[in-house]
Amino acid sequence: MSQPIELRAAPYQHSGSDVPAIMRNVVYAMLPICIFSVWQYGLSAAALILVVTLACLLAERINNYVSGAANTLSDWSAVITGVLLALTLPPSFPLWMGAVAGLSAIWLGKSLFGGLGQNPFNPALIGRAFVQAAFPTAISTWVPAFSPNRFAGFIPTTLTAPFMSPPDIAHWIKLQGMDAFTGATPLARWKFENVSASSMDFLTGQVTASAGETSAILILLCGLYLAFRKFLDWRIPVAVMGSVMLIAWAFHLAQPARYPSPSFMLLSGGLMLGAWFMATDMATSPITPRGIWLYGALIGILTVMIRYFGGLTEGVMYAILIANAAAPLLDQFNQPRILGGKGGKS
Amino acid sequence: MVLGMCPTLAVTVSAVNAISMGLATTFVLGASCLLVSLLRHSIPKQVRIASYIVIIATFVTVVDYAIQAISLDLYEALGAYIKLIVANCILLGRAEAHAAKNPPLAATFNAIGMGFGFTLGLFAIGCVREILGAGKLFGMSLFGAHFQPWVVMVLPPGGFFVLAGWLIVFAAFKQVSDKRSAQPGGVQS
Repeated sequence: MSQPIELRAAPYQHSGSDVPAIMRNVVYAMLPICIFSVWQYGLSAAALILVVTLACLLAERINNYVSGAANTLSDWSAVITGVLLALTLPPSFPLWMGAVAGLSAIWLGKSLFGGLGQNPFNPALIGRAFVQAAFPTAISTWVPAFSPNRFAGFIPTTLTAPFMSPPDIAHWIKLQGMDAFTGATPLARWKFENVSASSMDFLTGQVTASAGETSAILILLCGLYLAFRKFLDWRIPVAVMGSVMLIAWAFHLAQPARYPSPSFMLLSGGLMLGAWFMATDMATSPITPRGIWLYGALIGILTVMIRYFGGLTEGVMYAILIANAAAPLLDQFNQPRILGGKGGKS
Repeated sequence: MVLGMCPTLAVTVSAVNAISMGLATTFVLGASCLLVSLLRHSIPKQVRIASYIVIIATFVTVVDYAIQAISLDLYEALGAYIKLIVANCILLGRAEAHAAKNPPLAATFNAIGMGFGFTLGLFAIGCVREILGAGKLFGMSLFGAHFQPWVVMVLPPGGFFVLAGWLIVFAAFKQVSDKRSAQPGGVQS
């Protein structure tokens, strides 16, 4: 019997990369950031990344079990969510809160919408938004990087018993012999004290920040790797960073004393991590060319607006979540004109 | 099933608030359904909605003053939401759908049953929100002084989260029981 001829529409060629392969590469790309974070913050950062990732995997597994679906642990997507989420949390974040963040990321952010590819919002950011709303104090408690005893033991808040509030770490920070430590992120210091940190500190990670957002250069390199392997759309981070630069530059020109330099805006906070690893989530970003540019620009604009005029010190998380919500609409309004067709309507 | 869950967000931050809100609603529901049922032949069809609202509003006022007299703290905790019972769709819904068509006794029991179900629902949400949001149940501390409150649970989004959570649980129960009844004597686990 002759084989039936399969008739199908384009595309005919498969690039050879499937979902697990892409996801695995994203995890590889995040590994250097994780290692740097552990080197910077010691055991606590390692434990946090581990616990949050395990919580995500557990949530995914329970989910598979309850819904009777096939095991989706092996597609690595839950690992990405977990690692990304851990990188956005402060290194001193209590482990049990990290677990709560991981569970809510998968359940609220992904499972409820039908699993991988169905989620309108980035699951890691949903998890972070949830714990930010639930534990506002713990998520804005910062510790100094490169403390001398970071590999000798945990930061006292890390091992807080479940459901208990973390102890005060001011005393512990003093014991580390870091008197200059102010306990505020560069963005907060700019906002409340009008002190701008130097760009060099950002590039080498000498700042107070979440576990994985300190070294802009490392994030840039890891992101570029993914962009070159075509696992993320380079237009999104470029649009985000470009719009942030542009707006910050305009504000800086108008009032140099009031607004920081564009490079400060670009390198501080979670902007790099957000632009390269979160805004580019395939399920939550637009797919039309013009939509992608608008989406990136929207994130940039919202980030700057929240940082300049909002009550929060950092706006990347909410900017990306809002842009996620706008993504389907951006796609709808920006359908490319089909060759030979009339007008923009398809 | 989710009809009339409007007070969910505002008043279910603690179990006590939830129960009192539920009982207040139960009383209004029972009393107004009784009256609606008694008057069902004398209320002209054209103005029935207005009449029901007047009846419901009367009992809401009664409850409002009663709670104010019994416990001022509770009254302040529930705030405007007692008065808003009048706008709750369960009340008008039951008056229209059941009480207006049935004799007084049946209407009253139906309404009270509905009211207790509503109370149970609010209580279930209130428990979770009080335990996570304040570490307490009925005002008694469960976890000791070092409990970390989940701020989000006291805020309105917490009400949505918990309501959705319970709905998932009930949907799961329903699915299991449907499966059971679909295969009588089956050993489906």
